[in-house]
Amino acid sequence: MKKMNITKTTKNNLITYLMVLLAYLAVQMLLLTGNISSLMKGLLVPLCIYVMLAISLNLTVGILGELSLGHAGFMCVGAFSGAFFSKCMDGLMPDSLRFLAALLIGAAVAGIFGILIGIPVLRLKGDYLAIVTLAFGEIIKNLVNVLYIGKDKNGFHFSMKDSISLHLDAEGQVIVNGAQGITGTPHDASFTIGIILIFISLFIILNLINSRDGRAIMSIRDNRIAAESIGINITKYKLMAFSISASIAGVAGVLYAHNLSTLTALPKNFGYNMSIMILVFVVLGGIGNIRGSIISAIILTLLPELLRGLSDYRMLIYAIVLIAMMLLNWSPKAIEWKEGLKRHSKKEKEVK
Amino acid sequence: MSFISYLINGISLGSVYAIIALGYTMVYGIAKMLNFAHGDVIMVGGFAVFTIVSTLGLPPVLGILVAVVVCTALGMLIERVAYKPLRNASSPLAVLITAIGVSYLLQNVALLIFGANTKSFTSVVTISPLKLADGQLIISGETIVTIIAGIIIMVCLTLFVNKSKAGQAMLAVSEDKGAAQLMGINVNGTIALTFAIGSALAAVAGVLLCSAYPSLTPYTGAMPGIKAFVAAVFGGIGSIPGAMIGGILLGIIEILGKAYISSQMADAIVFAVLIVVLLVKPTGILGKNIQEKV
Repeated sequence: MKKMNITKTTKNNLITYLMVLLAYLAVQMLLLTGNISSLMKGLLVPLCIYVMLAISLNLTVGILGELSLGHAGFMCVGAFSGAFFSKCMDGLMPDSLRFLAALLIGAAVAGIFGILIGIPVLRLKGDYLAIVTLAFGEIIKNLVNVLYIGKDKNGFHFSMKDSISLHLDAEGQVIVNGAQGITGTPHDASFTIGIILIFISLFIILNLINSRDGRAIMSIRDNRIAAESIGINITKYKLMAFSISASIAGVAGVLYAHNLSTLTALPKNFGYNMSIMILVFVVLGGIGNIRGSIISAIILTLLPELLRGLSDYRMLIYAIVLIAMMLLNWSPKAIEWKEGLKRHSKKEKEVK
Repeated sequence: MSFISYLINGISLGSVYAIIALGYTMVYGIAKMLNFAHGDVIMVGGFAVFTIVSTLGLPPVLGILVAVVVCTALGMLIERVAYKPLRNASSPLAVLITAIGVSYLLQNVALLIFGANTKSFTSVVTISPLKLADGQLIISGETIVTIIAGIIIMVCLTLFVNKSKAGQAMLAVSEDKGAAQLMGINVNGTIALTFAIGSALAAVAGVLLCSAYPSLTPYTGAMPGIKAFVAAVFGGIGSIPGAMIGGILLGIIEILGKAYISSQMADAIVFAVLIVVLLVKPTGILGKNIQEKV
């Protein structure tokens, strides 16, 4: 009996990995045979980024059971720290090693921010946590927009006012230029790297979910007081899930930064709307269902691009999807109705 | 002298926040949910007045009336369609995510109808600015009207909640839904009434906000909505006087922060206030500390 259970989860996880692998191979085939438009080619890396964001947010929303509206903020932190490192080290290290280090730094910085934000915030619940994470995302975006960092022979210079008040030498270089952000980040991101990162994130998250720690996290979601009463350290496990989720978002941010030549913190890419978009992926794919998040992130990114005429209605469709999914899946009446339907069809089968 | 004028502007902005925060705090107190779409109801109110006054050329008074009616109906409709079915859902996240969806829906419907470009809103206030201290201190008509409207609304609402039967029913439902139902109170009706009042207040806030800052886009309501929630938390969520105090303090903090620290950082300062408040006193200035029972 025990063996059966293990094979079931392992099988489920294997299907998820296999799905990503098949998708990768399919795209590679299309790329080799040249059957892919340049528009789709440009979408491949963002697709990987969205998938990573969706699965990492699902860890917070689905497994930990807390609503975070600041996921784009962690992505922003990762993107800027990774791009900053790459800018500083450009030419001083082999490219592949530098990019790897940038990814690790992005993950570490976002993870540290996750812990820093998490310690005070995770004492709160539900609505408060949602609004504080939202506030955090906006603060990060605001701060990055007034941050100026330059480098010259004397080391780094910081300012919150403008690039002139950095007092750089003649050869000094402004790296982070306030609202203009970071320009000239090396273009290291590729579809293959994106897929590898998705695999690593999946491996981390799926293994976490099926581990002792993961079960502790889910017990907090299901009943916090009961979990606490059997001796589960709530703060520790909440922080664990929250910071892992933030780290993966940070890695997605590094990938994002190395896919663009100019990195700026706009409401469009790191604002509240981005966090909501990721949330839509998670909700449509099924809260707590990692494979569902991957599928819905892919579908919801590709669909508006494939159906060009729909692009004006994209956000409207997202909103309706969000409301309809919640009403169908969570309203007690709808659940009752669905169960009634199931019972009905079962009865019919028995009669036959 | 500039400090006093900043202070007055802060109180004026704070009065708008307070009016919005009243809607948040009443709904939160009674339905135990964060109505994310509240900010967007403000935007709908703004567009209603804009359509009546600027597009159709009718008098502003009619515009305000239409805005209040439209927003009240909208608030009740949202509650009936999107929130009521989820009231007994097993996860509290369900209704929160739905509210975000409603907020998004309102923004995007407005975007499709009115377009993304900024509309310049004609102020509905016709009072001339007040000049004090030899013209060094100028208080605009909008500021005066906003502060007066804020005071009137707060007094009326306090009287309504404490003296009328419907107001007492609201207090009862927010205290204990089950017990209120046993006492013969129509819980669904009371919750609908709360949404109606909150949305009507949002319409008024929309008119005042757009008169003071005359630019209107589908996203106008989102940020003031979130800040008003911060104000409600600051004052103690669920408490009506708390929402007033929190709103006015937050308005003053925002304007002074803009003036003396950094104009780009104003939003960050407001949100930092929220985080500090939640860390130091999560129940807010006037909030009650409720023990969680198993």
